[in-house]
Amino acid sequence: MPATTLFEKVWEAHQVTPETEDTPAVLYIDLHLIHEVTSPQAFDELRKRGLKVRRPDKTVATMDHSTPTLPPDERGNWPFIDQLAAKQVKKLEDNCAEFGITLHALGGPHQGIVHVIGPELGLTQPGSTIVCGDSHTSTHGAFGALAHGIGTSEVGHVLATQCLLQRKPKTFAINVEGALQPGVGAKDLVLAVINKIGVGGGTGHVLEFRGEAIRALSMEARMTVCNMAIEAGARAGMIAPDETTFAYLKDREHAPKGEAWDKAVARWKTLRTDEGAVFDREVTIDASQVEPRITYGTNPEMSVGVSETVPQPNTRSDERALAYMGLEAGERMQGKKVDVVFIGSCTNSRIEDLREAAGVMHGRKVAENVRALIVPGSRSIKEQAEAEGLGDIFREAGAQWREPGCSMCIAMNGDQLQPGELAVSTSNRNFEGRQGTGGRTLLAGPATAAAAAVTGMITDARSLQGVEYATV
Amino acid sequence: MQPFKILRSRSVSMPSENIDTDQIIPARFLKVTDKKGLGEKAFYDWRYDKDGRPRTDFVLNTPRALGAGILVAGDNFGCGSSREHAPWALVDFGFRAVVSTSIADIFRNNALKNGLLPIVVDPQFHTRLLKGAGEELEINLWARTIKTEDCESREFEVEPFARYCLMNGMDQLDFLLGQDAQIQAYEQEYVV
Repeated sequence: MPATTLFEKVWEAHQVTPETEDTPAVLYIDLHLIHEVTSPQAFDELRKRGLKVRRPDKTVATMDHSTPTLPPDERGNWPFIDQLAAKQVKKLEDNCAEFGITLHALGGPHQGIVHVIGPELGLTQPGSTIVCGDSHTSTHGAFGALAHGIGTSEVGHVLATQCLLQRKPKTFAINVEGALQPGVGAKDLVLAVINKIGVGGGTGHVLEFRGEAIRALSMEARMTVCNMAIEAGARAGMIAPDETTFAYLKDREHAPKGEAWDKAVARWKTLRTDEGAVFDREVTIDASQVEPRITYGTNPEMSVGVSETVPQPNTRSDERALAYMGLEAGERMQGKKVDVVFIGSCTNSRIEDLREAAGVMHGRKVAENVRALIVPGSRSIKEQAEAEGLGDIFREAGAQWREPGCSMCIAMNGDQLQPGELAVSTSNRNFEGRQGTGGRTLLAGPATAAAAAVTGMITDARSLQGVEYATV
Repeated sequence: MQPFKILRSRSVSMPSENIDTDQIIPARFLKVTDKKGLGEKAFYDWRYDKDGRPRTDFVLNTPRALGAGILVAGDNFGCGSSREHAPWALVDFGFRAVVSTSIADIFRNNALKNGLLPIVVDPQFHTRLLKGAGEELEINLWARTIKTEDCESREFEVEPFARYCLMNGMDQLDFLLGQDAQIQAYEQEYVV
């Protein structure tokens, strides 16, 4: 047997028909996640052609993008931003009912961001193929799954045939050696990776994150890393499953049980890149050199260490980005006043992220100049955070502690920046207007965001966490 | 879908790099449940000021954009989200091809399913195309060539199956539906 990579093992196990010169591979999909924004036109196509959903048992829906994060009124009506949003959500309900698909609806016990609830319910499993009409589907690669974001036409393909047409991507090893320093997290690491390989550096490739620093990460942290593989343009990001993965999945609702669990674990243990397997590309990063990072521009590649200054622009696009952000080359990031802090999104809305933020906010108040929104990734995370007392910490600090959803990451539901506002956000995209027309986004990890909330400015969170660190 | 064989059309250029899908179609316009009318919203925040008035300095608001079917854009065009609303909006605006030095994977996949041809060219030819904004280009999908008015031309790569579907106006779903026997066999052997 030739030595193969983790990606190749999962790919080969799912080929219904291998690719030829003339046709792409037909790849079987184990789990299809859907949400309200990218599915309605796909269901229309099915209706138009008189087709059924081939495997409703492998299709799971939730609503997250257009949904309000303020609670319903006393009559149970949710405060949708407009009729279009309400109609889109209703359409998902109707489509799921018509085609027999399980839906985790607004207010339900498992509703939440699609990439948060999949893992939480144990639906996301090692070695499986997962797709969703959402680019951050790469998140699920943290479990050693091959997980792609797809467009609405492809949502239709998978609904109708449970298969996807794909050309085999190339492989790219991201070796992260050494250990992260205390006070430096997964978001800082992945921003450093994207800064190194570039916002288009992963195009055409599946990334495999590997090495000592990756092995040491929790599942929540691994999800943060794989979530942002798409921000380097990658087709997917993957991490080989290990004991950390199995411990996370054990006893989750949809995880195998009893004898089936033992068999599954034995199979999952084979999902690793063989010694001697060759990647198309490789880079190595020293984790010990990563400091808390923050973006300064209008794509996720444009980040610096929080103690650094805004770099000189190299291109017209860089100049445009700095002009949009209202930042000058050479300016220090620390001390810059901010208007809004957003802690949430499929990148950083899990329980560990909330604990990290609460650790910084505990006993402190949100600064007067700041509006702080904390949006849990799912209903169950909200409940767990309440049980752990994190909700109290956020409320006492004066932050808005909301209902689960995508919220201000994509700003479809009314949670948004006003023109000119500067936000520190734990989400994944700092594109122009991403969080609201004219809004300016600085991406960072939960601790940095929480530190900005309580100090009113960009701050090295380690100075509030009692962590010893060397300044650059 | 209309078959795509030869396209002769004027180009417009947007030299910015990393034009993301949030610029092509801002997220607040994704609350639709159909595909209609998205061209009006294409590049909305670059096209209109805060009062909804067209920005006269934006290329799509200039007379040379009228009837232009080819967009020549900076490197890594279409990065960001998987929203197929991006190619829907570009096609509805009137574009049939996008030319860049690289194009993001999901955007490219989505474009190919909507009669919008993504073309990657070398940086030198790209610079030439950006300079020639407004000229008529000829894109021949049979020959896989793109040619300027002064007959400088390049071959480009396009995934053979997507090319076949584009040239014949065929929907890729029909091919997948034709794989039913193979899918059934796979399910019987491997799928619980």
